[in-house]
Order: sequence, then structure tokens, then C-alpha cells
Amino acid sequence: MEKTNTLKTPVIEMKGVVKEYGKGQSAMKALRGIDLSIDSGDFVAVMGPSGSGKSTCMNILGCLDTPTSGEYLFEGVDVGKLSRDQRALIRRYYLGFIFQGFNLLNRTSALENVELPLIYRGIPVRERHLRAKDALKSVGLEGWEKHTPGELSGGQQQRVAIARAIVTQPSILLADEPTGNLDSARSREIMDLLTQFNRERGITILMVTHDPHMAGFASSTVQFLDGMIETEEKKGNHH
Amino acid sequence: MLWETFLLAGREIRRNVMRSSLTMLGIVIGVAAVITMVTLGSGATEQVTSDISKLGSNLLQVRPGRDMHRPGGARDAGTPFELADSQAISREISGLKAVAPTAGTSIQVIAGNENVSTTVTGTTSEFLIARDWVLSAGRAFTASEVKSGKSVCILGSTVKKTLFDNQNPVGEMIRLQKIPFRIIGVLEEKGQTGFGMDQDDFVIIPLRAFQRRIAGNTEISTIFVSAKDGADTAKIQRDIERLMRDRRRILPGREDDFRVRDMKEIISTLTSTTKVLTALLGAVAGVSLLVGGIGIMNIMLVSVTERTREIGTRLAIGALERDVLTQFLVESVVLSSLGGVIGIILGLSAAYGLAGFLGVPFILNIGIVVIAFLFSGAVGIIFGYFPARKAAQLDPIEALRHE
Repeated sequence: MEKTNTLKTPVIEMKGVVKEYGKGQSAMKALRGIDLSIDSGDFVAVMGPSGSGKSTCMNILGCLDTPTSGEYLFEGVDVGKLSRDQRALIRRYYLGFIFQGFNLLNRTSALENVELPLIYRGIPVRERHLRAKDALKSVGLEGWEKHTPGELSGGQQQRVAIARAIVTQPSILLADEPTGNLDSARSREIMDLLTQFNRERGITILMVTHDPHMAGFASSTVQFLDGMIETEEKKGNHH
Repeated sequence: MLWETFLLAGREIRRNVMRSSLTMLGIVIGVAAVITMVTLGSGATEQVTSDISKLGSNLLQVRPGRDMHRPGGARDAGTPFELADSQAISREISGLKAVAPTAGTSIQVIAGNENVSTTVTGTTSEFLIARDWVLSAGRAFTASEVKSGKSVCILGSTVKKTLFDNQNPVGEMIRLQKIPFRIIGVLEEKGQTGFGMDQDDFVIIPLRAFQRRIAGNTEISTIFVSAKDGADTAKIQRDIERLMRDRRRILPGREDDFRVRDMKEIISTLTSTTKVLTALLGAVAGVSLLVGGIGIMNIMLVSVTERTREIGTRLAIGALERDVLTQFLVESVVLSSLGGVIGIILGLSAAYGLAGFLGVPFILNIGIVVIAFLFSGAVGIIFGYFPARKAAQLDPIEALRHE
């Protein structure tokens, strides 16, 4: 089930996606019909004020949630029709997640944190060690394998989290305000890493951010407002 | 994958040693109690059983009087047997090794300046065969001594020790009710029974001598019958009952006025007491395990709440419901069976110490150890399932947002 990089484009397609919370009169529309298409290898910044629906959209894109109506096609598969476990398998084999709060396992070494998704993939111990070490090296944390999150700085923790996300060689990386808890220097490091993975490994990246500077690293920006996509900009030099 | 889960569970348990130990305590106590009690119980049962089989295997006792355990059966001494009854048994019933009529009473025994009160039993030389008793010195009665009722006697080892210390008393004289008897033999020591009865405190003399010189009548109080090895004791018991009913002219439909008991029956009477006790303690231990299980459930629920973000992360990374369920279930099973193992070790140590203290043999009952272990594991599954399911069914989005 290891993915290869010969993917059809677009990798992600949303058609009229609506998400409602609650039912009937009191129903709250978080998304009011989103049409979005993301090609393999894109680096998309998702922006918008809080409550604009960008988080809801990211949850659906990350297969953590399903749309109330409309279609979300992940590599041509209608995710809305999949079971909870089937969506978990898509996350396991195709997606990587980076969170604002890092979400590393406490009192667990950096290496073991990075190994975690490989365990769920049933990769044998030896190969797991090698791949996790490799991933840590690629985020510049060689020699920090034995350290637990408590012993690492915020920037280092986020780099461990990035290593955890890319160790499976996902086709898409979903980053939810990855620099939200970091100062500008650390944020730059993180963005450089993401850009590097996007360019060198062709990993598609979807990144929620409030910061226009961070959005500047992306090849395109999607702006959310009131549950709709307000604007969609592409930088000319990409695609 | 499952191995990983076990390692992970072990790590989680070590992470919070204090809490884990307190959680396990209920299981530890429950299992330790069961193990201690059952081990001591089976030791005691074993001892009682071996004591009673020391009394003679395949042994039946025929006694006059109704069975007092039967409902409405008031205690009734019944007409005593006669020598002819005993002779009839040995003549008419097949499969017997020995038949020994006995009559006995409590009496003062004097030897030189020493005197002691003991039981004197008049019987035949078959008595020693019937009861599997072995002489440590001297000889048994000869046929002519039994027939003529000669004044000779065989001492139990307690009586011998009290009257003669370590000297060999064979050939010496003792007086029973002022009548002199020559000692011809001493029996080997059999020790105490489980209930503290001295089995060596008696003197045996020929039946005729007892009847004529001590009792002054021809009554027989108990007939000991021992079956040949492999003989059907139940059939022999029935045959004796039929024969005795016939000889004692009991009309059909009327109750027996005598009783044939075999040693198995006596053993089962005694062991049933032990069984009731064991069952009672088992119930107490069961309650303790239940409480322990609830303790585990409580802590697992706390743990699920504490680790909500971790669960969210795992689900986001691609853990299936099954994976999370297994993770927490394994954790609670490891916790409870670890408690079980500690309980087993503590229980066995306690039983070992107490067995020495109570003078009961220590018998390792592997069956109960295995059962206790499986039971503690089962407690982990039963009480861990609800928290584990709660963890598995968390919404990853909510869980990731949890603070």
C-alpha cells in the first residue's frame, strides 16, 4: 500500500461541499458550498478569519469529517461514502498531519514518536528505526532521537512532528497553523522545511495560517469567509 | 503489532507506578486470598484424607445404632453385635481381606509405678490386617491366644512411651483393672490426625480376654471389615447390610438399626466442611475481584480522559477504532493480570508460611493458580472494555481539540 508519486491530478477535488452542524431550524452552516481543486505537488495556504469555515474544510480534507452534502473526491474516491475505518486507512496511507500544538506523545522519545505511524502501517522494527532516523535527520534533528518532547524546544518539537508526518511519505501534508506557537525565526525554519519537502519530494501541502508571511511560502492561497471561498490566488511561477 | 501494544501498555503502567499499584491492589488482594485459602484448604483436605486412609484403606466399619444424620433418626445405641455376626460376615461375604470384631472401653493401665488412662480394645489378630497396622517390636496374637483369650497385649506407641520411655517393653507385664497382661508387641507410631487425635493411644488384647476379664459380657461394638484390593466396596457394603438385616430380623420397610460406613464416607463428611469453607472464601475473593475490577475501570476511564489528545493524534495518524480499543484493553488486561501474578506470588508465599505454622502440608495447586490468573485477566477484559470502547469511539476532531 506504499504510495508512489505517479498520481493523477487533481489529487483533491471538492464539489459543492456543504457542512452543517445541528439539524432543522437551528442548523449552523459551517461550509456553504465549497468548490476546490488541488493538484498534486501544490503548496496551498488556507487563510481566513476564525469561524470562516477553514478548519471545518481542513477536517473534511483530512478525512477526519465528512461533508453534509456535496462531494469530496480524494484521488477520485468519494470520501463522504467511506466508513470511519476506511477514512482512517486513507489517513494512514496517504495523509500526514502537523498540528499547531505539535501533539507529540509525552515522555516518549523523538524516535518513537516518529515511528508511531509506521507501527500502524505494520512496518517491522528494523526498517521502522531506519526510516524514523532518516526522517529526523531530514528535519535536522540527527542526534536528538532519544530526547523526549519535554527536553526539546518548541521548534524542535514541531520538527519532530514534521518528521512524524513525512516518515510515511504521504501524498498530502495537512498543517494546521504549524507556526502558530513559534517565534518568527523558528517559524521560518519550519516553513523552509515544508517548502523543501514540497519541492524535493513533491508532497502536496495544505496549510492553515493566519500569517500572510507564512502564506507567502505557498504557491497558492485560498481565502475563506463565512463558509465560502472568497478568493483563490495562484502565484504565476507555479503551475 | 500486538507485541508493540503490550510494550506500550507496560510503558503506560510504569509511567504511573503509584497509581497502577493502587489500581492493582484490589485484584492482588482478591487473588492472594483465593490462592492462600485454596492452597491451605487443599493441604488440610489432603492431610485429613491421608490420615483417614492411614486408618486403613478399603475399610468398612459396621456399628450398631441408627444413622443419626438421617432426618428423624434419633441417636439410638441399638442392640450390640455378637461374635457370631462377625463370623457370619467373614463366612458369607466374598472379597474380604480381614474381618475383626472389636469391643473396647476406657481403662486405667498400670506398669510398675506408672499409670495411664487409655482405650483397651479386645479384638482378633485380623484387626492389625484390617487396619494396616504394623508392629515395631514383638509379634501379633497367635490363633490359640485369641481362641483361649490369653492375657497378652499389644501397645500403641503413645502408651508404650508413657509407661516405658524408650525401653523395649516386650515381655514385661502391665495391669488392666488389676489383671496382669504380658506385652507381646508394640505398634509403629502413626502420629496425630489432622484434628489432633492421637492414633497411638490404646492397648489391644484378645477379644475373649476383654469379654471375660474386663467387660464381663459378649457384646461386640464395632466390626471392622477390610476389602481386598480392587474389590467393590459398595457391593460389599450392600451385602453386609443385607446380611445384617437378615440376622437382626429387620422387617422390610423398617430402617436399619446398624450402620455400615466406609472411610470414603467419613472423608467426604470431613472434606465437605472444607469445601463449604472454601466456597465461602471464594465468594469473598470474588467480591474482592469485582471491587478490583471496578477500580481498574475507574482508572482506565481517567486514563482515557487524560490521554484524549493522544487518542486524537493516533486516530488522525491512521489508527482504526480496533487499534485504540486493543491498546486500552491490553493495558487493562496487563494491569489486572499483573495484579493476578503478584496476588498469586503473595498468596503462595502466605500459604507456604501459614502451612508451616499450622502444620498442614503445602500443596501447590496448579489448577487454582491457572484459574486465578485467567480470572484476573478476564476481570481486565470485562472492566477494561467499557473505557477502551469509549476511547475507540472518540471523535478525532474533538479529541485533538481537547485540552
